[in-house]
Amino acid sequence: MTEPLLKVRGLTKHFAVRQGAAGGKALVRAVDGVDLDVHPGETLGLVGESGCGKTTTGRMLVRLLDPTSGSIEFEGRDITRLGRSAMRPLRQDLQIIFQDPYSSLNPRHTVGKIVAMPLEVNGIKPPGGIKTRVQELLELVGLNPEHYNRFPHEFSGGQRQRIGIARALALRPKLIVADEPVSALDVSIQAQVVNLLRDLQRELDLAFVFIAHDLAVVRHFSRRVAVMYLGKVVEVGDRADIYERPRHPYTKALLSAVPDVAAFGEPRQRIRLTGDVPTPLNPPSGCRFRTRCWKAQDICATEEPALITRDGSAQAVACHFPEPAGPEAAVLVPAQATAHVSEVTE
Amino acid sequence: MSMLQIETDPAGMDPTAVPVAPERGMVGRSPGRLAWERLRRNRTAMVSGWIMLFLVVLGVSAPLVELLYGIGPYEQFQDRIANNSLPLGYLGGISGDHWFGLEPKLGRDIFIRLVYGLRTSLLIATSAAVITTAIGIVLGIVAGYLGGWIDAVISWVIDFALALPFLIFALAVMPTVTARFYGPRDEIDVPFRIAVMILLFAMFGWTGTARLVRGQVISLREREFVEAARASGAGLGHILFRQLLPNLWAPILVTFSLAVPGYITGEAALSFLGIGIVEPTPDFGVMISNSLDYMDGDPMYLIIPGFVIFLLVLTFNLFGDGLRDALDPKSSR
Amino acid sequence: MLRFLIKRLLLGALTLFAVSLVAFGMFFMLPRDAVATMCEKNCNAERLDRMRDELGLNDPLFDQYTGYMKGIFVGRDLGSAQGGRCDAPCLGYSYTNGEEVTDIFARVIPVTLSIVIPAAILWLGLGIGLGMLSALKRGTVFDRLAIGFSLTGASMQLYFVGGILLIVFVYTLKILPPPRYVSLWENPLDWAAGLVLAWMALAFLFSAVYARLSRAQMLETLAEDYVRTARAKGLTKSKAYGRHALRAAITPIVTIAGLDVGGALGGTVITETTFGIQGLGRTAVEAVRLGDLSTIMATVLISAVFIVVANIVVDLLYAVIDPRVRLS
Repeated sequence: MTEPLLKVRGLTKHFAVRQGAAGGKALVRAVDGVDLDVHPGETLGLVGESGCGKTTTGRMLVRLLDPTSGSIEFEGRDITRLGRSAMRPLRQDLQIIFQDPYSSLNPRHTVGKIVAMPLEVNGIKPPGGIKTRVQELLELVGLNPEHYNRFPHEFSGGQRQRIGIARALALRPKLIVADEPVSALDVSIQAQVVNLLRDLQRELDLAFVFIAHDLAVVRHFSRRVAVMYLGKVVEVGDRADIYERPRHPYTKALLSAVPDVAAFGEPRQRIRLTGDVPTPLNPPSGCRFRTRCWKAQDICATEEPALITRDGSAQAVACHFPEPAGPEAAVLVPAQATAHVSEVTE
Repeated sequence: MSMLQIETDPAGMDPTAVPVAPERGMVGRSPGRLAWERLRRNRTAMVSGWIMLFLVVLGVSAPLVELLYGIGPYEQFQDRIANNSLPLGYLGGISGDHWFGLEPKLGRDIFIRLVYGLRTSLLIATSAAVITTAIGIVLGIVAGYLGGWIDAVISWVIDFALALPFLIFALAVMPTVTARFYGPRDEIDVPFRIAVMILLFAMFGWTGTARLVRGQVISLREREFVEAARASGAGLGHILFRQLLPNLWAPILVTFSLAVPGYITGEAALSFLGIGIVEPTPDFGVMISNSLDYMDGDPMYLIIPGFVIFLLVLTFNLFGDGLRDALDPKSSR
Repeated sequence: MLRFLIKRLLLGALTLFAVSLVAFGMFFMLPRDAVATMCEKNCNAERLDRMRDELGLNDPLFDQYTGYMKGIFVGRDLGSAQGGRCDAPCLGYSYTNGEEVTDIFARVIPVTLSIVIPAAILWLGLGIGLGMLSALKRGTVFDRLAIGFSLTGASMQLYFVGGILLIVFVYTLKILPPPRYVSLWENPLDWAAGLVLAWMALAFLFSAVYARLSRAQMLETLAEDYVRTARAKGLTKSKAYGRHALRAAITPIVTIAGLDVGGALGGTVITETTFGIQGLGRTAVEAVRLGDLSTIMATVLISAVFIVVANIVVDLLYAVIDPRVRLS
């Protein structure tokens, strides 16, 4: 395998918040020691429930937030602590697409100005002029290049998201962090935007970190998938492995919650997680998932499971009692789990 | 969502990829253009806008009006004043020569004094509004965007300034500041008085704009388009002035247009109390203050200047309201 | 709650302290001081200096400030030139007629309160009532009239309204005596007759502001989901609005009313001057004309106290009504 484009080790972000009547400071451990590798031209899907730290991770990857600790290497170069001016040339390789197509475009700027902003900020004069380049970009994302002088409010949500994509492409980046790029869109539009991203990836050889809470969208788009829970990556592997043979109980629970049209009408077993996600202010000791896990034992409270590959399978999992590797494993629900599993007929 | 749906979608063609707005030339209608079109449809705002403009033009071209009218603001027509010091004739001496009548006792022409009063009032009010808006924008943006202790200090100063009773403080400042530069029996220059009044308004007036801008900046600061600019390597200057400022013009314009009538009122009030403009300079507040002595015999002396200043403030307020409705269609009165 | 109260009191005290510093610094750091205004004739340098000495104006600024503050809390001796012993709360002596400022205030503050309190009751009742009603009857003739009323009031000048009222009621109809102050305890009827025009003028202007505010607030509240739900679940109009909307709409308005004490004080200055009633405001204006710095200074301080105390009371009321404030 080639050298990763982006190599993240032990990435951590703690936010200090005021808490309680005494006004004392408390730490929110939003992201707590995340390791990720992204190879050139590939897509890494980052999934998890809201509040699991995936958006914070994405913001740190493009240095919109400064990590508390850990390192981010881009093309072999440590960019974790680079200042604004040192970071500037790298900004051209690392771009971001935002979730909200309404707040991500300046309402007072024309589309042309929005898409040209990265060029202008970095003092880039493309051959043929900025306008030509912007129109190329608009065409590339499937918009009418003649709409250069229009304002964001004249476009629909999906079109606005395309404008955001054109802006991210303006600097010809190598890696784009897409932070829930379709979750604010209508379902029918989601597919179009995801397909656009996939086509762009093929055409421009882009690498993506695709952040989403929607497992179906991630499956459609990502080659590899990392699952986050409460600030940590609990499982990472190839798409097929994660979706067909999840080994972490949390991944399994997440997948069981996705309705499957192919299995429509058949009784299926769905894992219901009990309890709430613990607060990142005071995460559980040991394995963070243990408070909701049907397999939890004493060791889970005392020892934190490392994210490692086991039993000769390629996917890494952070669990003391992973599901067995193998093709049939996913079909079976472990006997211990019966108390937490309910039959759902759809 | 279903996977099938995505897979069966024909290769990424977006049927809605044409703009939702009807094709009407290729130039988009900017938010400013849209606001202007909304404003033009607002009849109240347009009518008051025209009256406002007329009054402003009248005040600005006061010397020209004097030339056409043929009477100066200091000319006295003692021959038209009766022995009881009231003007001869009906309604305070209104006639073809003196459109709004004459002042009791001194017999000066009210119309031309009002025109000059308009000029003084507008000069002070607009200068004060410009200064306070400028201070408010700068401090509001700084406090809102930088946050932290700078924000805490500026916010406390705003709260502090709001805790000071403006009129009482103005009463206190005026004599002390003039005592700083003039002896007790010196004549105090009109430009100096005007400057002190503008200074007073500036000291107290910036807080409103600063508060508003600060709030706006705080809500805009976290918007994703600001993050997009930062992700492209934009510096503080670009973010503050290219990204944020264009979004602040609408509320700033509204506060500015509503600040002007506020300062017109304030200036007239200070002069009414004898601590702003003083005789013989023409001024609304001074005129009304004088008129209180003649209420019994010559009510027109109160009613005419009172009505003109009411009209001035009303048209500014109505226009400002219209502007707000046009710039922010969601806010209903 | 206690923590909130203490925090609020401390902040108020800090604000008052800052006001006293600003006011004091402004008056006493000026090179041309009070004596120049006081000394009518024969003002040579020696005489001015002796006067400064007597007034303590040659002392270090810090001593002057602490002396002044001490006077307020425990009283102080001001020397024979200034009338001698001055008991707490001592605000010094008027530079123009030698009367104790505290005595002047004891005379004029009841006058000002007699104007402000009834007027405030009038303008709050009228303004909020009008605003709420016009919100409920949105789009009707009544609503349009109410909007017109509030627009007119918001653009009117207090002295103009006062003057018109005088012309109509005193000089033309002659149904009211010229405005004057008679103590409420002496003769309530004369008290009201002498001040009713001042109340009307203030109430007209200020109620316009509140009518506008409460109409907007009420419209906003009526659009809230919970009010619509209350209507949908079958509550009568009056019950739904009375029970749910009114309370939610009125809270912020009451807060603003409490914060508007400064505006009301400014209003009385103009009202008292227009109607020639000798209250705190007119006293301040006259002190300014005569250059009586000790009276002006005391007026600034006392007004700041009114405002700060009103703010604290409002904040506490708000905290009682709205538990979110306490927690934040």
